[in-house]
Amino acid sequence: MPSSTDPGRPDPDPTVAPTRDGRPVSDRGDTVCVIGAGASGLTAVKNLREHGFGVDCYERETGVGGAWNWRHDRSPVYASTHLISSRPFTQFPDFPMPDSWPDYPHHSQLLSYFERYADHFDLRQHIWFGTEVVRVEPVEGDRWDVTTRSTGGYGPERTSRYAAVVVANGHNWSPKLPRYEGMEGFRGEVMHASSYKDPAQLRGKRVLVVGAGNTGCDIAVEAAQQASHCWHSTRRGYWYAPKYVLGRPADQVNDTLLALRVPLRVRQWLYHWTLRLTVGDLTRFGLPKPDHRVYETHPIANSQLVYYVGHGEITPVPEIARFHDRTVELADGRSIDPELVVFATGYLPRFEFLDPALLGDEGGQGRPRLWLNAFAPGHPTLAVAGLVQPDSGIFTLSHWQTVLFARLLRARAARPERAAAFAQRVTARAGERYSGAVKDSSRHWFEVGHADYLRAVERALHELEGGK
Amino acid sequence: MTDRVMRAREWARPVRPARREVLGSVPQLEQGRPPLLFVPGFGHGAWAFAEHWLEHAAGRGFPAYALSLRGHGGSEPAPEATLRAYAHDVVQVAAELPRRAVLVGHGAGALVVGHALARYPARAAVLVAPVLGGWSTLGAALRRNPAGTLPAAFGGGLRLTPRQLFSRELPDADARRYADRLGRAGRRAQWALLNPDQPEAAVGRPPVLVLGSPDDQVVPLSALNRAARRYDSAPLLFPGMGHDLMLDARWREPIDALLDWLDKEPATRPGA
Ligand SMILES: Cc1cc2nc3c(=O)[nH]c(=O)nc-3n(C[C@H](O)[C@H](O)[C@H](O)COP(=O)(O)OP(=O)(O)OC[C@H]3O[C@@H](n4cnc5c(N)ncnc54)[C@H](O)[C@@H]3O)c2cc1C
Ligand SMILES: NC(=O)c1ccc[n+]([C@@H]2O[C@H](COP(=O)([O-])OP(=O)(O)OC[C@H]3O[C@@H](n4cnc5c(N)ncnc54)[C@H](OP(=O)(O)O)[C@@H]3O)[C@@H](O)[C@H]2O)c1
Repeated sequence: MPSSTDPGRPDPDPTVAPTRDGRPVSDRGDTVCVIGAGASGLTAVKNLREHGFGVDCYERETGVGGAWNWRHDRSPVYASTHLISSRPFTQFPDFPMPDSWPDYPHHSQLLSYFERYADHFDLRQHIWFGTEVVRVEPVEGDRWDVTTRSTGGYGPERTSRYAAVVVANGHNWSPKLPRYEGMEGFRGEVMHASSYKDPAQLRGKRVLVVGAGNTGCDIAVEAAQQASHCWHSTRRGYWYAPKYVLGRPADQVNDTLLALRVPLRVRQWLYHWTLRLTVGDLTRFGLPKPDHRVYETHPIANSQLVYYVGHGEITPVPEIARFHDRTVELADGRSIDPELVVFATGYLPRFEFLDPALLGDEGGQGRPRLWLNAFAPGHPTLAVAGLVQPDSGIFTLSHWQTVLFARLLRARAARPERAAAFAQRVTARAGERYSGAVKDSSRHWFEVGHADYLRAVERALHELEGGK
Repeated sequence: MTDRVMRAREWARPVRPARREVLGSVPQLEQGRPPLLFVPGFGHGAWAFAEHWLEHAAGRGFPAYALSLRGHGGSEPAPEATLRAYAHDVVQVAAELPRRAVLVGHGAGALVVGHALARYPARAAVLVAPVLGGWSTLGAALRRNPAGTLPAAFGGGLRLTPRQLFSRELPDADARRYADRLGRAGRRAQWALLNPDQPEAAVGRPPVLVLGSPDDQVVPLSALNRAARRYDSAPLLFPGMGHDLMLDARWREPIDALLDWLDKEPATRPGA
């Protein structure tokens, strides 16, 4: 396989011009830089190599797998985490998970999957572990200066110049923690779900779980089994979809309908109807009625939550109004007395190493404005991989994003007119959405429907390759 | 190039797992060469490669494996198997190997490999006496072996005769022994041979080698040329040999040529 550069420690090369502030830069030629060796970074390395590019990947942790590597300090997984997307939707499209695995594998299986992916495609030789990217700056000729240092901040910084950059730093590691009046004075324990690892942390305690994303629902279920009492606070009603419907993994049933191109309205109707037949009317348990149609919030896949609510092991409660020293006051005026409050309120994407304007986020709102959630107007050699919140597995999406980017980089050399036309489409279509209507929430601005999204990527690939 | 990104039907209806037989032979010393995965054609099992080729390849430094497609050899019975299920079996075994593999398909196993290449970025592929299907395959089979082929056209078993599979150099006893081990492919897969879906484009652009014999009584020379043209190459030919190049008397020549090609091909050289 042609490789434009040999892998090797990018040592500063004194023959190259220094950066603006006078530090030496080592020129890595046509090599592409990938930030992060989670699932998205790994597939970026593999697909770029497969298209003939040299790659330097920087990973601040000591292993691959990103969020799925429970050894990492910032891993959001807890002991019981199982997938919410079933196997066919979760595996990479060109590297299946073993037939012997269950429909919904455990997080340790995911880690071993990514480790095998890295070994099978010989990716580790391109990854610099324990190395954190601290700055990414555009330089002349659509190239990039990437500054790294050892994780933890000690040791000197080094700057290397790359032909292109893939940002694959993940978006589930920086906790989103809401603030409430009186929170500082609360005498109980407060934690974010990111530090929840093991059910022993809940054992025998009165626990309040806040938020009904998949994390909140999983933790509420564990609290139902372990805690002496579990309250579950949500600021709206949700559709709690079981993991199995009609005898099959629910996402497989949904895609049967998608394959038949059944319109969204009809799918929503069918879904409401199936839920009515299975979990039934949830308001009789005291759960609020959903304020939206199904698919309008990020889907919850949890068969057990409703079960434990029905057994009285989870008490649904409304939003928190304020904290007192030993109690928590709820929006309906009730007071409860938890010993432990777990905020499962999600995560925020962060790109501290990059000027937000480069990603079209001029106001620094933390919401990049990209095409296909991946391509930045005016920066044809920059791509973000994995900045999607799909209603399904994310890895297939990252795979195709990076295939598209590799083809684009190739087109820049071989068919510049096609690359130019692609750049125009990036500018014209930045901010495009790939889902039906969604509830406005800090987590939904990058929600995508996997079918809408993948069809858009497929079209982009065909347009780039001069198909239709 | 047409990349199929959205595969709702495939995801919604995953192939049902089936227990698979995999035979292997690995070199005493790991030499960094890519593993080979041999895929037998319809009616054959992993045994056909275990006879000579696996050990020979391992002797030359290549970890070598062969699987039996479901319903064949020591794998689970699967009378309703489809081509898609066969391709699934190949990709499953390939992905379980420690490193990116070279896929080698024989006979209709080459068609299965063609489909597998669209779902797994093999390091390279080798098509040995490939039966890629279509009506011309049936025509050729009918001309050479009407009695064995006709029942197949009506859903019965395809019977290949020893003389179609082996040259006269192979002792009769061996030929009979091998022919006795032949099974049959699933009915649906056999039908699909007549009118197979064109495989999607291979992922990862593997180099492809075609080899066969001009005296093959199953695959005519014109079919070999056609198969090779699809991959912009010309077939490597071993005159005088029968369809089952891995079992025939001179089995050493084609496997050596195959391994020589892998040794020279940049994509499969150690360290690539
Ligand atoms: C509890 C939980 C369960 C989930 N379940 C599913 C599921 O069932 N299916 C699904 O598809 N998704 C699921 N997800 C979503 C999850 O985010 C993705 O599966 C996946 O981890 C995304 O991969 P990624 O590579 O984009 O990001 P990550 O896995 O977060 O990897 C990013 C990597 O980049 C590194 N990095 C970050 N910044 C830097 C820097 N400055 N320098 C160097 N390295 C850096 C990080 O160390 C990390 O290794 C789940 C998430 C959570 C929290
Ligand atoms: N088993 C699994 O595989 C699994 C497990 C966990 C997570 N995940 C995935 O990981 C990602 C993150 O999931 P997550 O559950 O951690 O986060 P999330 O999906 O962002 O959910 C956060 C929840 O907290 C609520 N919330 C946010 N801010 C709040 C505030 N200020 N006050 C009150 N409530 C607030 C949200 O309500 P709104 O509805 O108003 O936004 C939502 O219910 C998702 O992609 C998820 O699918 C998968």
